[in-house]
Parts: sequence; structure tokens; C-alpha cells
Amino acid sequence: MMGLRADLHPHPYTHRPARRAAAGLALLAALALVGCASSVKLDETPVESRTPTAVGASASGGNPALASVNGAANGSTAQSQVATVNLPPAGGGAAGDAGKLGRVVFFDFDSYAVPDQFRSLIEGHARLLASNRNKRLVVEGHSDERGGREYNLALGQKRAEAVSKSLTLLGASESQVEAVSFGKERPVAEGHDEAAWAQNRRAELKDR
Amino acid sequence: MLIQRRHFHRSLAAAALLPAWPASWAQFRVEIAGIGATQLPIAIARFRDEDRAGQAVSAIVRADLERSGVFRGVDSSGVLDERSQPQFSDWRSRGADALAAGSVTRLADGRFDIRFKLWDVVKGDELIGQALAVPAADLRLAAHRIADAIQQRLTGEPGVNATRIAYVTRAANRYTLRITDADGEGGQVALASPQPIISPAWSPDGRKLAYVSFESGKAVVVVQDVTTGDRRPVASFKGSNSAPAWSPDGTRLAVTLSRDGPSQLYLINLGGDGLRRLTNSNAIDTEAVFSPDGNFVYFVSDRGGGPQVYRVPAAPSAAAGAGLGASANAERITFNGAYNISPAISPDGRLLAYVTRNNGFRVMLQPLDGSTPALAVTDTNDDESPSFAPNGRLLIYATRSQGRDVLMTTTLDGKIRTRLLSSGQDVREPAWGPLSRQTPP
Repeated sequence: MMGLRADLHPHPYTHRPARRAAAGLALLAALALVGCASSVKLDETPVESRTPTAVGASASGGNPALASVNGAANGSTAQSQVATVNLPPAGGGAAGDAGKLGRVVFFDFDSYAVPDQFRSLIEGHARLLASNRNKRLVVEGHSDERGGREYNLALGQKRAEAVSKSLTLLGASESQVEAVSFGKERPVAEGHDEAAWAQNRRAELKDR
Repeated sequence: MLIQRRHFHRSLAAAALLPAWPASWAQFRVEIAGIGATQLPIAIARFRDEDRAGQAVSAIVRADLERSGVFRGVDSSGVLDERSQPQFSDWRSRGADALAAGSVTRLADGRFDIRFKLWDVVKGDELIGQALAVPAADLRLAAHRIADAIQQRLTGEPGVNATRIAYVTRAANRYTLRITDADGEGGQVALASPQPIISPAWSPDGRKLAYVSFESGKAVVVVQDVTTGDRRPVASFKGSNSAPAWSPDGTRLAVTLSRDGPSQLYLINLGGDGLRRLTNSNAIDTEAVFSPDGNFVYFVSDRGGGPQVYRVPAAPSAAAGAGLGASANAERITFNGAYNISPAISPDGRLLAYVTRNNGFRVMLQPLDGSTPALAVTDTNDDESPSFAPNGRLLIYATRSQGRDVLMTTTLDGKIRTRLLSSGQDVREPAWGPLSRQTPP
């Protein structure tokens, strides 16, 4: 029917060890030859074979009874066709660490400054990074649900940058730390009140 | 040659406008809420043998015309097709100004031949007679093209019924980038992912989508060919890569990158080369969108405190050459309210739609020449992501209704809003595709 299926493996997007490159895109379905412009009079019985032309005639001029238009497609596929790319379920990564104690920094409303109470947490991670230059860390910033997705992505990024900057000021090197953001896309608390929002305004420190 | 539009001032019961078609065909159902003041009454008779084609062609055409806000469906019962000689006095007595009828015939090669005529019932003139031969997969598209032809003929303005809309659904932590016809029907999946997908944007030719995917554990800008499924990361730098916007010529994207620290705007070619920083501030600069002429990039910045809409020239400037950065040329556009985000520019370049926060989030519309103040076009409180229809007559946006994320369309005066209902999924991030889909590849 409509819609081809094409399964793709994820591209090696990050500077992580490369994942498998995209596997071949299997576009095997027979592509229907489709309707092209025809010069068929409306009063005739439909016929099977038509001569394709490049005419996109509108009915604005001439005898409307003789007008014909481009079919839905001039190419070799149905124009409505969409190929489906199906990504496999999340591959582990560091996602399991999210709730681990001592790895989350919470922020005040509309604030991007690392609160004092998390200073020792940051110092601890900075020491670990400074003592092991092979160790790397991702800082994921998050926002609460209020406001636009892209602006919140930038706000979460600002929180992640604040933590990341603190880490480097305390001895980690810039190449060891990457600040990223999920904006409001990955709340830990699904509620719609300040209690939930306070839990979602956060930065998570994840080993990679 | 346009029909003189009669002026009707009738309130329309939403239920009376709902076309009847089998629920099994509907991913979405259009509900019309609101009252259109001036509408052209039109009868769309059932197309002969359309039930054998698997798509209710005439119902699709009628729903399209009603959603435009310009037409009102009237009683169209009766058996006729494009070869009939309509009794115009009968149709006039039903209150119709125009009448369309047609037929659907299966061809020997499996395609369908759709024919229709449009008559001016008042004058008794034949206005359009057309034939289209399409594969079964394009029957809905053919119906939308018929609606577009009727709308163009009777109003002189292009319809957007044959265009497509991209949006994202989330269900059970599975994210799906979907593409439907402009009526919310005929949905197909472009991408299914365990990680969030945001900010889809159509290429100007309607063949590709740029979007932000978190599949690799962070925000990366990906461009995907809709027909083939071929996809590649275009911006995947250190940090976050987001908010893609196509240049009008389709050769490059404006994106938001944090590679140099703060979230700033950059231009990048589709091949991932030619990176150029567009803004240079210590604030958040994001949500770029090109003006239709390509001369300016509108964006959101909180350089003045709260987020507001600004614009900068898209071309490199002398100031940038002097090390000042294009931000030296940034011009503030929105002034009302403390939080204005998600700009969209109308296809004619004259109107700005954006979301303002004021006891909730609402889609606003203002002329860019400042001639009149910004006006709210919705009555909901959780609006996001406004996107113009390519004919500039409608906006689509995401909002919340009855505890769910839904998509709505509205006419620019806010008078006719339609809700695109989904079956139990949260729907967000709508992007209205271009008219170019009508140009065959």
C-alpha cells in the first residue's frame, strides 16, 4: 500500500566510539508508475494508456470541458509516499545514572547559577576529572515545562554550561566535559506544579 | 470571472459542518469551532463510484473547502456526475452559489481516473472541468487538488489543501515524526525514535525535513528526505545543535549551536560545511527564521533581559568584518510583554506570529510595519509553535485542551479555528509544508 518501510540504524552522530554506520536503505517496493497529465476529454470513457506531457493546465482559459491537469505525480512514485525510519530502542548509554545521588544539581526558578549547596558535589567531580584525564563527563541541563521548547532547550544549556564552567574552573579540562541540554523534553517529575518544576530544573552529571 | 461572493451572516453549528466518513479512515478529525462571517455556499455532490475507490473524495473536498473559512457546505444530496446537466434552479433553491460533481473510475492499470466539473449555479456557467489519473496512494492528494482548484477558481486565491503538515507525537515515551495532509488525515510516519524529536522544518521544495533529534544522547540537527528516508546529521557539534530554519533557496540552514559557549545563531550549508556565526552576544539567541526574501533572520534573544524577537541581516556585514559581529545590527521587533518567543513570518513577509507569555502562552499576530498592535488569535493558554499556511491565510499551532497536547488551525482573524483531533496521543511541534509539493519532482 502506501508508505515504504526503511529501517535505519542510528548514525554515529557523536564523538563516542562509532556506532554502526547506517545500514543499507532497503527501498525495494515497486514504485507505482503514476498519473501524468492527460489530454482526455471529460466525455470520453477512461482509457488505459496515456501520453505524459508536462502540462499543468488550469481551467482558466479555453473550454473547461477539455481541460485536464497534472495527475498527482509526474515522477515514478506516489507523491504522498513517506518512507518510515524506525530507530531501535534506546541503547543503554549513561541514561541509567539519572537519579543517582550526588549527580544532580537543582536550580532556582529562572536561575542559572549553581547553588552553594552543590559546591562540594561539583568540587568532587572536578577532582575526579583532574586526577584522571581519560575520564569524561556529560552535563545534561533540563528546564521545567513552562515556555517554548527551543527557548527551554537554551535555558537548559545555560544550566549545563554553568556546571561545566565550574568543573573546568576547579581543574577539569574543557575536553573532558560536554554541556548538552534536553530542555523540557525529559522531566523527572511529570506534575504541573512548583514541586514538579523544582525537580525538573536541574543538571545531571553523567559519565560517558 | 469570480462569482460575486454573497454575504451571509449565519452562525454555524459545528456539528452541521462535520463531514460523514468512516472513522477507520481518520487519524484526525477536524472540528470546526467559531463563526465565519462571510462564506460562499457550495454544494459538493457525491462523486459517482467514489465508494469503490476507498476514499470519500467528495467528503474530503467539502471538508477542505469548509476549513478554509471561505466556503459553507449546503445540502448536496442527489445523484449526478460531471456529465450531468444540473437543474440550476433546484440548486439555487438549496442556497448554493456553486456546485461540483464528478466520478471516480478504476483504470486497467490500477490507477484511478477522477473527473469533476464546477458550475456557477447563479449564472448557470460551467467553470472547471478536469480529469486526474492517480495511483490509489494519491487519491486523497487528488481530492485536495480538486479543492484547491475550486478555491482558486472561486476566490482567486490558492488553497493549501494539497500541502502537508509535519508534527511530532509522544506516546509511552516513543516519539514519532509524522506527516499528514493539511486536513490532518492520511498520516504517515517519517521517523520513530525512543528519544525526543523537536522543531521540524520543511525544506522550501517540500521534499525534506530538518529537525532536532536526541537519538545520540544530545540535540543534533538532522535533515531527512521524506520520500526515501535518507537522513544525515547536518549540525552535530560539541554541545547542543537545534532550531533549524531553511534559507528560502533551500541551500543552507540557520541553526542554534552552543559549540562556542552560549546558544548562538549560525548558518551552515546542507552538506555540513560553510559554518558562519550569525550572532555574537552573551545571551541566548535561538529560534531563527528567514524572512521570505532571505534578507533577514528573525530570532529570539534574551539579551535585553526576557526573551524578545529581533532580526539581523542574513548577509555578512561590514560591522561583522570589523569584529563587532552581526549582533551589532540586531533590531528589536517585539516590545509588548516580557516574554515573546517562537517567531513565524507570513509568506508575504508582512506579518509576524509569535507566542507571548501573559498568564499563559498565546499566539499573537502583528504587522511587521507596526501599523497596528499585536492581537491574540487564540483563546487558549498553552500555545506553542505557530506556523503559517503557505498561502498565508491560516496558522497552525500546538496547544493544550482537556489535558492533552493538540494541534489547532485558525484563520488570521481568529474567527474560524479547527482542532485536529488525534487518537489519544500528545501532538506537538506542527510545521506547515510549502505549496511546492504541487510541483512534481
